[in-house]
Amino acid sequence: MNIRAFAAALAATAVLPLGLAKAADLEVTHWWTSGGEAAAVAEFAKAFDATGNKWVDGAIAGGGSTARPIMISRITGGDPMGATQFNHGRQAQELVEAGLMRDLTAVAEKGKWKEVIKPASLLESCTIDGKIYCVPVNIHSWQWLWLNNEAFEKAGVPVPKDWNEFVAAGPKLKEAGIHPLALGGQPWQANGLFDTLLLALGGKELHEKVYVEKDAESAAGPEVKKIFDAAAQARELSIGTNVQDWNQATNMVITGKAAGQVMGDWAQGEFQIAGKVAGKDYSCLPGLGVSQYITTGGDAFYFPVLEDEEGSKAQDALAEVLVAPETQVAFNLKKGSLPIRGDVDLATANDCMKKGLEIVAQGNALTSTDQLLSPDSQSQKQDLMTEFFSSTSMTPEAAQERFAEIISSAD
Amino acid sequence: MTGHAPAKRPNQLFRNLTAKIASIPMILIALGIFLGGSLWTVVYSFTNSKLLPRASFVGFDQFERLWSSSRWIISIQNLAIYGILSLIFSMVIGFLLAALMDQKIRFENTFRTIFLYPFALSFIVTGLVWQWILNPEFGIQGIVRSLGWESFSFDPLYNADIVIYGILIAGLWQGTGLVMCLMLAGLRGIDEDIWKAARVDGIPMWRTYLFIVIPMMRPVFITTLVIIASGIVKVYDLVVAQTSGGPGNASEVPAKYVYDYMFQAQNLGQGFAASTMMLLTVAIIIIPWAYLEFGGKKRG
Repeated sequence: MNIRAFAAALAATAVLPLGLAKAADLEVTHWWTSGGEAAAVAEFAKAFDATGNKWVDGAIAGGGSTARPIMISRITGGDPMGATQFNHGRQAQELVEAGLMRDLTAVAEKGKWKEVIKPASLLESCTIDGKIYCVPVNIHSWQWLWLNNEAFEKAGVPVPKDWNEFVAAGPKLKEAGIHPLALGGQPWQANGLFDTLLLALGGKELHEKVYVEKDAESAAGPEVKKIFDAAAQARELSIGTNVQDWNQATNMVITGKAAGQVMGDWAQGEFQIAGKVAGKDYSCLPGLGVSQYITTGGDAFYFPVLEDEEGSKAQDALAEVLVAPETQVAFNLKKGSLPIRGDVDLATANDCMKKGLEIVAQGNALTSTDQLLSPDSQSQKQDLMTEFFSSTSMTPEAAQERFAEIISSAD
Repeated sequence: MTGHAPAKRPNQLFRNLTAKIASIPMILIALGIFLGGSLWTVVYSFTNSKLLPRASFVGFDQFERLWSSSRWIISIQNLAIYGILSLIFSMVIGFLLAALMDQKIRFENTFRTIFLYPFALSFIVTGLVWQWILNPEFGIQGIVRSLGWESFSFDPLYNADIVIYGILIAGLWQGTGLVMCLMLAGLRGIDEDIWKAARVDGIPMWRTYLFIVIPMMRPVFITTLVIIASGIVKVYDLVVAQTSGGPGNASEVPAKYVYDYMFQAQNLGQGFAASTMMLLTVAIIIIPWAYLEFGGKKRG
């Protein structure tokens, strides 16, 4: 084979994945693979297919931390997908700055996104230099304590109303052979648990001081010390839950092996799939029952710049579909998250979702740490938290010292 | 081939010309990708590149942060424990197995296949298999407990103090078969007459192995050492499949640090700094050794 033919063959294999996608086929990559998540994303696919285009599902198993590197390397490597999920905030910031993402401002203006998307901070974190680059699809909040009512009955204690009661119930639960707190081994879970404790027990001001102003002094101060003490208690309660994935941990709560889990509202989808009823089989305490604040992180779709005209048109169509009221309702009911628009009817929402909606309506929704800290700082925090939560030998003081260091150099 | 001119010696440059032309692509790849890529990585480890490489230099900042990070220190310690132990054990076990196989036993082929079989599996598969075997609920601990020993406890993957040994077990299971085969080939290369001479002199078998056979197998040992050592430095998939670095970060390894910081934390600079340190470590070990082995006097 001569060089030219060889080069042509190479080029052909490189182009093949793009060539396969027909004009209106759009490959969408995401990391929604648990039962509840897959059911939710199927709603998007259905709505998009109804526009005459075709949703090519590109689910990547293993969670965001596995999926994001794959997505990024495909985009930077010149093999972009039609659309991709990121947590909005700073994960895709540099890709946008490098001009690899499509500007959606025209679609946004046509759909009046600025008016319908609530809270406004969602769209703000999609906006860079006045242009809109992503479509927020849901609001996720971390600050939830999920409890299995039956487990508490078995242990002979009333179902806790807040975090403090939950901690107090710990010894009784252990006696009954139930793990008080389920915590998966993936680093982001320990990190999320800590951030949740910080906001719930420390309040809005502490959250803003530490994560918005990145004030190292408060991070080293007595108020954060209290949070680390609480985290040490949580660590005590979580010993022995030898699972990795968050949905395995949630499953422990669903089956009654564990009494509670601090996890974002996406855990709700798992309860639903298992046929559990909010309020009866399980309880949810937003803000851990202590304070009524939630942070509004969430998922968003980004659209890499595509060469072909047809693909770009399909991208616009998908962007419109994602924000449409009907899709928002269908998707979020399955996903257990809150819709991004204030003007949709969620009469069918269950107890837990209604609690969340109420908090958002009161304006008690804060910006999440994913949006405030760079992935780099988040990773350092994760390294610290996973070390702290897995080894009882690390004292709260030592952990706080390192935490303050991370905050002082955070960006 | 170039024709041979009878009078003057052919130009050295044009000897075996076809072979040289054929190896040009490989030379270019080696220079461009291995050397060029390594240099590029080292240069960019002095920058503050985030998601995309960016040439704004910050001196040794990345390295300072690297060495003050406890996760990196743990990674290095784990690599040292894993490396030294897996080197020793795979050599010792591999040699013992090979020596046993060399006793003209029956069904040698069968045994050899069994011992070598794990090597046919990738580290990911090995890791997953051992993750299940060591899982406290379904694996060894669960089985022994269901047999009646209720207090039996064996869960290395969930105990931060010994998790690296759990990974070591899997690594050894996978790797010793290959070492055994290499050693067996070496043993088979020893002249039968040497054994006869040793027997005539009344030297016990273990002494023959230790003082005659092993020194004669020096090249085999060196080949094995290089193969195992290169596998150790880049150990990554085994850890990811078995523990993903957990519990906490008790089983982190340098290669995983590099990957996580380059791609998950979107901090290329930090990842490059870590990989530069890995390169440096390898260089510090390899260069003096290669100099001793291949440099200096030419060995027959």
